[in-house]
Amino acid sequence: MFEKWFPNVDIADLNTAIYETFYMTILSLIGTFIIGIILGLLLYLTSKGKLWENKVVYGIVAAVVNVFRAIPFIILIVLLLPFTDFLMGTIRGPSAALPALIIGSAPFYARLVEIALKEVDHGVVEAAKAMGAKNSTIMVKVLLRESTPALVSGLTVTAIALIGSTAVAGVIGAGGLGDFAYFYGFQRRQTDVVILCTVLIIILVFVIQFIGDFISNKLDKR
Amino acid sequence: MITIKNLSKTYRTKKQNITAVDQLNMTIESGEIFGVIGYSGAGKSTFVRLLNRLEEPTAGEIIIDGKDIVKQRKNELRLARQEIGMVFQHFNLLWSRTVHQNIAFPLEIAGVPKKERKAKVDHLIELVGLKGRESAYPSQLSGGQKQRVGIARALANDPKVLLCDEATSALDPETTDSILDLLVDINKRLGLTIILITHEMNVISKICHRVAVMDTGKVVEEGDAVHVFQNPQQAVTKRFVQQLDGSEKYESLSSAVLNEGTGTIIKLSFSGENVNQTIVSQTAKQCDVDINIMQGNVLQTHSGAVGSLFLQLVGSETEVEKALNFIRSANVKAEVQELV
Repeated sequence: MFEKWFPNVDIADLNTAIYETFYMTILSLIGTFIIGIILGLLLYLTSKGKLWENKVVYGIVAAVVNVFRAIPFIILIVLLLPFTDFLMGTIRGPSAALPALIIGSAPFYARLVEIALKEVDHGVVEAAKAMGAKNSTIMVKVLLRESTPALVSGLTVTAIALIGSTAVAGVIGAGGLGDFAYFYGFQRRQTDVVILCTVLIIILVFVIQFIGDFISNKLDKR
Repeated sequence: MITIKNLSKTYRTKKQNITAVDQLNMTIESGEIFGVIGYSGAGKSTFVRLLNRLEEPTAGEIIIDGKDIVKQRKNELRLARQEIGMVFQHFNLLWSRTVHQNIAFPLEIAGVPKKERKAKVDHLIELVGLKGRESAYPSQLSGGQKQRVGIARALANDPKVLLCDEATSALDPETTDSILDLLVDINKRLGLTIILITHEMNVISKICHRVAVMDTGKVVEEGDAVHVFQNPQQAVTKRFVQQLDGSEKYESLSSAVLNEGTGTIIKLSFSGENVNQTIVSQTAKQCDVDINIMQGNVLQTHSGAVGSLFLQLVGSETEVEKALNFIRSANVKAEVQELV
């Protein structure tokens, strides 16, 4: 059945490609989450009227975030080649794609984090202050905790964008489903490979969206 | 217990300086319920937020229990704040936490061990009457219940002072009453000093021992709550008093009623001091008169009834005279209303 519909697909290669896509998506998502939360918190806390109000820091962070969001991903990969080489010791394979993937999506997620934190009721932050809470407590137990549903749905959006980016990274040799579709499908004119890869990526996107919505709804007690 | 000296707060904007609180001086005794009333923009909310430095004072001293809050450094201030409870108009509960977890939050902040936290929170839930709702989330509670959580949370670290910033302004009248009862109960049971900010006159009259009336950043009138409302000096205070007895219309009877009535119509004025609560029925028993209650507006404050009551006395001239003397001997002002 499978061979009849997809005669040109090598199952072993496909499995490797799927594995590589998962590998890139999950690791870069973790990196994006950590850096995005840090940048997002910085953006929020240094903005006007907040705990660490600081125009200079805010300006710098906002500028960095905007610059990296503005660069198209495919160009970002090329720009980061020396950095990637220095960091990972190679510029090929799924691991080599990670720095570019993380640097490309962390600023995007940082903005979503900033928006999520802005939605936290200022009165609650004030109540925590009035109780004598430390800034660190306010950050972790009030700001981040109260915004978790938005942080999760933001992470879902970012994860889906990341899958797209992994496919782009595949074209310059990172492996994964994008790579698979490009070399076997496009360059060898094997349409069935392209279709299969597309279907798999669509399924992946749906599953991630479903899981993200589920978790976000579970966490939301409003 | 709390002494405030020359407390000021000025907001500087590019165009102008706005003085929200202007040279306040106040002393609040330990264990009293002190009310601050004013219309919006009077500076009362800023004032209460200065007390725990949610707003930084521009000048002045706030001495709570011998320590000047204004001079305290960040860490000292944090510890001092743990001893000042605060209740907010919009409750400001963490929606991601249950009732139990919300009340436990200040204890977590103060570093109370988990076991003690549980016992403490259970006790507080009992105190504010929320037993059975421990694991509900704030979104599942009514406004009154939310404020009970807010009060329990504010009491968690055994504060010396409780600040209430318009704590009942978002609640309906009935719920307001139940929250005020809870505050009085806490004040009596724990001997807690309560500073209460409001724009609602009935809140003051119901529970406050002393009151300060604020207008444009200044205290324009201050003193014993009943006394201030009995003899309002300032225009603002007079407006608040009218809000209380529903305007002046109950202060006199219409002439039609006066002329149609038989017998003698008298007006009793209650001023809140040692009022014999059963004055009407006692008069009827002591003297041979029939009494008809015509109109009145009497408000129960915590130091007695305040207001006026119109009675129609039917009986012989001597018995009516006797009744008047009896009423006057009970320290109630009684005036005979002349027919028009």
